[in-house]
Amino acid sequence: MTIQSEGRASALPGWLFKLGKLTATVAFTLFGLLLVTFLIGRVVPVDPVLSVVGDRASPSTYEKVYLELGLDRPLYEQFYLYAKKAVTGDFGESLLTKKPIISDLARAFPATLELATVGIIIGTLLGIPAGVWAAVRQGRLIDQLVRIFGLVGYSAPIFWLGLMGLLLFYAKWELVAGPGRIDISYEYSFTSTTGLMLLDTAMQGQWAAFRNVVSHIALPACLLGYLSMAYIARMTRSFMLNELAQEYVVTARVKGVAEWRIIWVHALRNAAVPLVTVIALSYANLLEGSVLTETVFAWPGLGQYLTNSLQNADMNAVLGGTLLIGIVFVGLNIFSDLLYTLLDPRVRTRL
Amino acid sequence: MSPLLDVRNLRISFPSRQGPVEVVRGVSFTLGRERLGIVGESGSGKSQTGRALLGLTPPSGRATADRLEFDGVDLRHATPKTWRSLRGARMSMVMQDPKFSLNPVMTIGKQLIEAVKLHGGKAEARDKSLAMLEAVQIRDPERVMAAYPHELSGGMGQRAMIAMMLVTEPDLLIADEPTSALDVTVQIEVLRILDNLVTQRGMGLIFISHDLHLVSTFCDRVLVMYAGQVVEEIDAADLQNARHPYTRGLLNCLPKIEGGVRPLPVLTRDAAWLKAGG
Repeated sequence: MTIQSEGRASALPGWLFKLGKLTATVAFTLFGLLLVTFLIGRVVPVDPVLSVVGDRASPSTYEKVYLELGLDRPLYEQFYLYAKKAVTGDFGESLLTKKPIISDLARAFPATLELATVGIIIGTLLGIPAGVWAAVRQGRLIDQLVRIFGLVGYSAPIFWLGLMGLLLFYAKWELVAGPGRIDISYEYSFTSTTGLMLLDTAMQGQWAAFRNVVSHIALPACLLGYLSMAYIARMTRSFMLNELAQEYVVTARVKGVAEWRIIWVHALRNAAVPLVTVIALSYANLLEGSVLTETVFAWPGLGQYLTNSLQNADMNAVLGGTLLIGIVFVGLNIFSDLLYTLLDPRVRTRL
Repeated sequence: MSPLLDVRNLRISFPSRQGPVEVVRGVSFTLGRERLGIVGESGSGKSQTGRALLGLTPPSGRATADRLEFDGVDLRHATPKTWRSLRGARMSMVMQDPKFSLNPVMTIGKQLIEAVKLHGGKAEARDKSLAMLEAVQIRDPERVMAAYPHELSGGMGQRAMIAMMLVTEPDLLIADEPTSALDVTVQIEVLRILDNLVTQRGMGLIFISHDLHLVSTFCDRVLVMYAGQVVEEIDAADLQNARHPYTRGLLNCLPKIEGGVRPLPVLTRDAAWLKAGG
């Protein structure tokens, strides 16, 4: 017992070191991200003054705003000011909505977050068993079916799948609600606290509204779930094939371990290590705002917000959104790294 | 008394582009509660023979035999359920390299306790595991129980593996090159532990190795395999008087401190051996 506690104590500085390294990495990454978005904002051929004052402003107004925006100062100073504001969450105002970018993002991001989360849950819950099953029955019918099903998910254009889904499940069979997040008649039956409608309605006991939200999210979430499932199932299959060929699987068989336990406990527990990264990456992919899905389903999320802003040369909004996506990406990477360490004892000691 | 294991005409083949390739071609032997060594060069089919006894021929391969009996149980048509009741409980196997044969994400304790629990004894599983680790001469079993495989040295890992395979007190242990991944100094130690446990518990042991010298000091009887066939079966004590040219060749290849020939003779192979059979 004493030896064990010694082991724990010596592991602690390792964690501290890791934490410090992590913080430095994150800070550096975010700084880089900020710099890149700032530079993009400066090199695009959109005059920030013109976007503010409009085409018909007098030269004196133009001059005044030009100075106000600090465009006469050197680039590094401009970046300093931009960064200082960005740290406090001030990305300026959107031209389109006339609201602060940050509040626009706070409205659009939860929509994307909700859709992506439901999507990745569907994709993971279906993708892992499908992949495991295909690996265990390698070369058999079920394996081929999973592969074909996955291949369709890979190669069919998502907007086409989305439109076909709407056509069949919404227009023809009326199984689900149509585009949008919620019917207008329910929209004001609850107060938005988290911005995640499934959570908000459930917490306030508005079950009729909850069912409506479920009905709206079902189709796009299934679609995104299908796409991520195709990827997750394929990766799970190959990781599992690799694990099932390992010697420790033979050891487990020699011990008399039941086949289901060998597959779902021994092998999958090992395959879970690289799978974490796969799932995190596809989640990040969905969170970046699936522009096409959000467009087809009129989903007021990040992807749609960014597309609209881009089309209207609303650079503040675009930069803010880009930065947010970057932060989400970095955050997810850290999260998957942590999970990785948790799942794999070999990584844990190597720190 | 009927033997523990009775193998008649065991054949294992794997499909290839040129048709099925037989890697084991008619191996026959019986085993009581004794130590049987199987020696042969790489690819002679000794490992596949060992695995077939446990029903662990890789899925692409096919194992057939005229007779394959373990303590009166016909293994040729054993159901998965029969296999599970035999494996671990009555027959088990120690493999070559503990680096690969232990599950890297489970602690030694968890893997040991799993083995105990599978064959009854849930309540005292932990105590039994600790006692077994002590039996393989691990000094601080508590620490090893909590350790992951990569935190142990090769010798420790292999001892934990032996503990895991013997904790259920099987009747037959197959040791498939149990020491070839270990340092020479550790090899002797691990072998001594294995030998003691096998003798104490009166198990049958099949010791698979390419090391003729090791096998002859460690086993009662030796099967020499060449190209999937047993070319000679001989008492370990009589090994010096082996008659088959392949065995003689193997013996001549061993360096001797005094009176050896230099350079060491090269093993000559005779195509006739392939047809002869054991």
